[in-house]
Amino acid sequence: MESQEVKLLGFWVSPFVHRVEWALKLKGVPYEYIEEDIFNKSPLLLELNPVHKKVPVLVHNQKVLAESFVILEYIDENWKQCPLLPQDPYDRAKARFWAKFAEEKILSDGAWRAARAKGDNREKALGSTIEALEKIEGELKGKGKFFGGESIGYLDLALGWISYMLPVWEDVGSIKIMDPTRFPATAAWMSEFVNHPAVKDSLPPRDKMIIYFEKRLKELEI
Amino acid sequence: MNEKDELILLNSWASPFGARVRIAMAEKGINQYELREEDLFSMSPLLLKMNPVHRKVPVLIHNGKPICESMNIVQYIDEVAVFNGKPALLPPDPYSRSKARFWADFIDQKVYGTMRKITRNRGEEQVRAKEELIETLKVLERELGEKPYFGGEFGFVDIALVPFYSRFYAVETLGNFRIEAECPKLVAWARRCLLKETVSNSLPDPLKVYEWVLYVNDKFGIKQN
Repeated sequence: MESQEVKLLGFWVSPFVHRVEWALKLKGVPYEYIEEDIFNKSPLLLELNPVHKKVPVLVHNQKVLAESFVILEYIDENWKQCPLLPQDPYDRAKARFWAKFAEEKILSDGAWRAARAKGDNREKALGSTIEALEKIEGELKGKGKFFGGESIGYLDLALGWISYMLPVWEDVGSIKIMDPTRFPATAAWMSEFVNHPAVKDSLPPRDKMIIYFEKRLKELEI
Repeated sequence: MNEKDELILLNSWASPFGARVRIAMAEKGINQYELREEDLFSMSPLLLKMNPVHRKVPVLIHNGKPICESMNIVQYIDEVAVFNGKPALLPPDPYSRSKARFWADFIDQKVYGTMRKITRNRGEEQVRAKEELIETLKVLERELGEKPYFGGEFGFVDIALVPFYSRFYAVETLGNFRIEAECPKLVAWARRCLLKETVSNSLPDPLKVYEWVLYVNDKFGIKQN
């Protein structure tokens, strides 16, 4: 039997890395974690991911994978226990769709942009982020604990950053996005997510995140 | 999937994303579907209902249920249409599949946006965009290597990239450069793909695409020169 040697190159505060870690933990796959300083990238990282030069990078028995959603699908296909994506092809397509939507509209160009922006740009970014979150709220209504029902899955991992990182960005950027009265299903889901055994003890400390993002905000003001 | 299934593809003839789906459908032997042309400046109520989030084509409607985002649709088709001895678009083993998904994602991130910067801008911005596009295509050329197609056999990554070949003429004309001069192997690959009927029947005429790009630029008030 093939020996299972799994290494994960990551950065402590990267939500893209966290989602890979949760997937490995859920499947019970042991792995070696290698911390990267993304501001001073190692020769190893540049060799393993020359195209994007980013974390996470997963190395499984010499096989190298990059891009967190690609890695999640690999983990799901390679280790069959605790399936992450739904079985039905249409539900799978929906999960992939919403993961990409949230990545584009709430993460990359959404909340973090809103935290850094000033004046009109801030209003615009806030507006579009909240609009996007409304759609996610709609997807959660009547679903149960998680997006796929009672068990945690791919879409939860894709959006999980909202439950612990969004509050930090709101704090640091002095913005309000996640209003629990406006997004009750999302608020309930956030609470389920952070308390999940695979997630609970692996989150970076809040005070450390605050210091980090305050610094980044100053450096990346738009 | 069988003959009783209702399949509608909402598309726009010039869309490279729609072309991806058309190629995939043809590769999988799915010929019984309704192809509906959308006017992107005057979208149908059906499109707005089926893709309210993005309001974009392509959208595949399978027995009334919409699937959006081109490579998502391609994966979906690959998963539900397993018959007739037609090829799988993604390879069977997880690692090869993940490499295919990685490169399709790379193409999604790097190709269309850069091409649009070339066709819509002039001066410094256009120069930078041209450099970026050539760099991107060279990375893809290196990944292709000596293989006839990206996955060895024609498949997922080829489908993701080849529709942009129809746009080369527009980009070269408006950018005043020749892609083949910088990336001959990639252009050779594209021509190889075009020898397949599934591809040549699904791609628009590059000259018509160029006229379309000019038309859209005009509508957005972008000066040609």
